[in-house]
Order: sequence, then C-alpha cells, then structure tokens
Amino acid sequence: MAKTALYDIGDKNLQGSLASFLQSLLADDNIGAVMVPMRQHGNDTVMQTLVTDPEQLAAADPFSPAFPMNAAKLVSRLTKRSPGETVAVVMRPCEIRAHIELVKLKQGQMDDIVIIGIDCPGALQNNDFRKFAGEDPEGATDRFLAAALDGKTQFDEAVELPPACRICTHPVPEGADIGIGIFGMDTKRQFLLSAGTEKGEGVLDRLGLNVQEPPDGREDAVASLVSAREASRDEVYAAVHEKTDTPEKLAEYLSGCINCYNCRVACPVCYCRECVFVTDVFDHDPFQYLRWAKRRGKIRMPTDTVFYHLTRMAHMTTACVGCGQCSNACPNDIPLAELFAMTASHTQTAFDYEAGRSLEEEPPLAVFREEEFAEVVEIKH
Amino acid sequence: MDDFEPTIIAFVCNWCTYTAADLAGTSRLTYPTNVRLIRVMCTGMVDPKYIIKAFLEGADAVLVSGCHPGDCHYINGNYKARRRMKLLKAILPRYGFAEQRLKLTWIGASDGIQFARTIREMVEEIKELGPNEARNAAVV
Repeated sequence: MAKTALYDIGDKNLQGSLASFLQSLLADDNIGAVMVPMRQHGNDTVMQTLVTDPEQLAAADPFSPAFPMNAAKLVSRLTKRSPGETVAVVMRPCEIRAHIELVKLKQGQMDDIVIIGIDCPGALQNNDFRKFAGEDPEGATDRFLAAALDGKTQFDEAVELPPACRICTHPVPEGADIGIGIFGMDTKRQFLLSAGTEKGEGVLDRLGLNVQEPPDGREDAVASLVSAREASRDEVYAAVHEKTDTPEKLAEYLSGCINCYNCRVACPVCYCRECVFVTDVFDHDPFQYLRWAKRRGKIRMPTDTVFYHLTRMAHMTTACVGCGQCSNACPNDIPLAELFAMTASHTQTAFDYEAGRSLEEEPPLAVFREEEFAEVVEIKH
Repeated sequence: MDDFEPTIIAFVCNWCTYTAADLAGTSRLTYPTNVRLIRVMCTGMVDPKYIIKAFLEGADAVLVSGCHPGDCHYINGNYKARRRMKLLKAILPRYGFAEQRLKLTWIGASDGIQFARTIREMVEEIKELGPNEARNAAVV
C-alpha cells in the first residue's frame, strides 16, 4: 500500500505551504532542481519553470488553472539524456500519462526525475484563463480551487472548464512518484502526500514526514468526481459521434481548419521531428489543384484537411491521453479534444491498451504477434 | 443502383498477391475490371495514409493483400499490416466509411483462382453496399 502523509498548512495558505514543501524537496541532497508551474513577471502568465534557488519557489503555483502546454514535452527535453542530477517535476495527471507514452516511444526516461503529481480538478483554456484571472491573477488559483473542488465546472459568466477536462476520468496522478492530494481534503488545513513508487517513498522518508492515513472522505470524493466525469464523457462522445458519423459531417466538423498544424505542435505525443504533412509529399504541383477541382467541380482550399486529421488519428490516438491541448491550440476553436479522445477510446480499446497506464504495456503499433486479430482477415485458409 | 460500378484500390504485395494476380491473368481467368492494383513490395509498407487517401479520393473499397502468415518475404511485414488494419477498422467506420469497404486478405503466389474469386466477390459486395459517400462530396 502506498505510504501517505498529511502536510499541515499551519498559518500559511495552500500555495504557501506547497512552496515550503517544494523548498524542502530542493533541500534534499538527491534533488538538483524543481520544475513547477510559476507565475511569471507578476502578470497572469503561468509557465513551467526550472528552479534551483529555493527562494524563487515563492511564486510556484502548481494548482493554477492555467495550462498553456502539456509539460510532458518539457520533461522529455529534460530527460532525452541524463541531465546529471535528479529533477523533481510537478505535473498534472495527463502530463504524467503523456510522459509515460513518450518514454515508451524512446523520447525521454524516468531515471532522473521524481514526478510530483497533483490532484487535478481541471484547467482552463488560455483565453478563458486570461478572462478568469482578470484583475486579480494572484487570487485566481484560490478562486478556481474553491469553485472546482465544490464540483463546479462553470466559473465566472463565460468561463467554463473545457470539454477535455470535463470528460477526464483520471483526475488523480496515477504513475506519480509522489502525489499531492487535495480531493476530499480540508485544503485550509492540510494536503495529502502519497508515495506511489519506491523512489517516492524514499523522498518522503528523507523529508521525515509521519505516515498518516488519508481522511475518510477522500476515496468517496474521488469516486464521485470520476463517476460524474464518466457520465459527461459518455454524453460528449455521443454528441461528437452524432456530428461526425459520415465523411461529409466530419468535413463540416473540421471545416474551420486552416492546416496550421498547431494541434500537432501542441500535442504531447505527436513527437515526430518532421511531420509528413509539412514535407514535399504535400507540396503539390499547382496543376494538381486544378485537376482535383475539375473532378468534383470544386475543391476546398487549403486541401488535405480531413486527410490530415484522419492520418493524425491513425498515427497518435493509441497514445492520446486526452489532455485537450489540441483544442487549446486551435486558432479557430475546432473542438478537437473530444474528437480525438473519442477516437482514442476506440483505437485503445481495439488493442486492449490504455495510454499512460503503465510503462510495461507495449505501444500497439510498435509490436505484433503471430497469432492475433484473425477477425480483420477475410480469407484465412 | 444497377449502373453503379465500384472502384476498388488494391494494395498487393510483390511476392504473393501480385504474383497471384499475374497468374490469374496468364491462366486466362476473368475477374471484374473494377479493381486498380497497386503493387507494393510488402503489405508492411502500406501506410495508413495511403488507405485514407484512397477513400477520400472516392475509392469505394480498399483491399490490402499479401502473403500468408509465416510466408512474408520480409519475415513479418504482413503482421504489421494486420495491426494497421485493426487500427483503421477502429477509426474509419466511426466516420462513415463502412467496415466492409476495407479488406485484408492473404493470397499466396499460387492462388490465382483465389485472387479472381476474391475480386469478384468483393465487387458484388460493394455493388450491394453502394458508393462511398466521399466519392461525390468534396471531402479532402
């Protein structure tokens, strides 16, 4: 059973005591740096920041609803070779699961990091976060947590939790070395630290925290959140399916796409250095466009849009963790996260695979067996 | 739909199914002309995007056909193709490309008769099913 401890907040607030906790990590001889979302320049920008000076951690804001990018992309950069020292990285559950996928795809490793996972009530899209932070960016996290931990998904007038978060059934950081728990906790008094691995246990031991059980309400709080998320997931998938169940409807769903490929750049598991869609393969000769147009009487420009999204589904949905950064990055507000999450649920089910679940499960398209999937072959003799 | 003539794109491997198609021809077997053969060195090189592109360009069905398990000239390319077909069958039917339109078969080099029969049956089945919706819709 995982070792758990309660961290008393004392006379500080949640953010202040999280900063002290991270400072104590940095004081550990085995940890050289902490990477954590931090408020930048005193404005409303919150970005992952690699910190080596404990004093700087005062601006750490791990529970901020800002989610400008999936940190797995950054952790992959930090771990493609050994950085020489261990880095404690503070990540959301979907970021951890994306990193697990990247490790399996040989884009990073686990050896030189201690993953500090957070209980994630969700995060806002960039534009919504700016609206929500408004004149009071410092207080944004507290205001968000107060509402989100109360089960709300709608905040100020026009600010709502994005679909990716409303349908996420992984709010607890599975796979983290140490989890920071806030669900079912009195976050004015204490938060939960739970070691999920031996590495995490070692760190908690060295911090000298007393082993304490999580409070009774926690398990129920997590279970009820997950079941509410499952219900909205099923609703959202049904609605997306209804809107995309023919090629023409899919084209309409994606009609705002301008082939900027921001969704692919923002995607943590789309790791190719050069995507085929930006190579010469798609640098068509001008006469080709006219030929296509003549065949059907018209052709949408830019071309290859549905083609791009279907191909991306084939390339990455078995690794999709549903973080929603594709929607966040789309300049034309195409609801991509639900589309890709829905597709991912089918492709991952097909291979009895779940992205980010374990380091041992092999990525479906990286392996094969001699005897399998007889049902996809028409003539078997 | 009597006058509907489906277009079938077939990715056939050089070593088995293409050779079977060749055998069907030299044996003077007949099969419908609806199929367009694309010879590839191995079914293991058929990228999912070739198949997606074929459907978006209006193909009514796509056939991928290679060597029987254990017979692959490159040892295991057909096993990789089978995984990719499994993947595409989890994606494309969701968006209205009926599952019957995407087929994987193993047809060995000596199976000319089997090749001709497969194409005949497939053409019949797709005629029954009707045209791929993307054929006339400008979906790109």
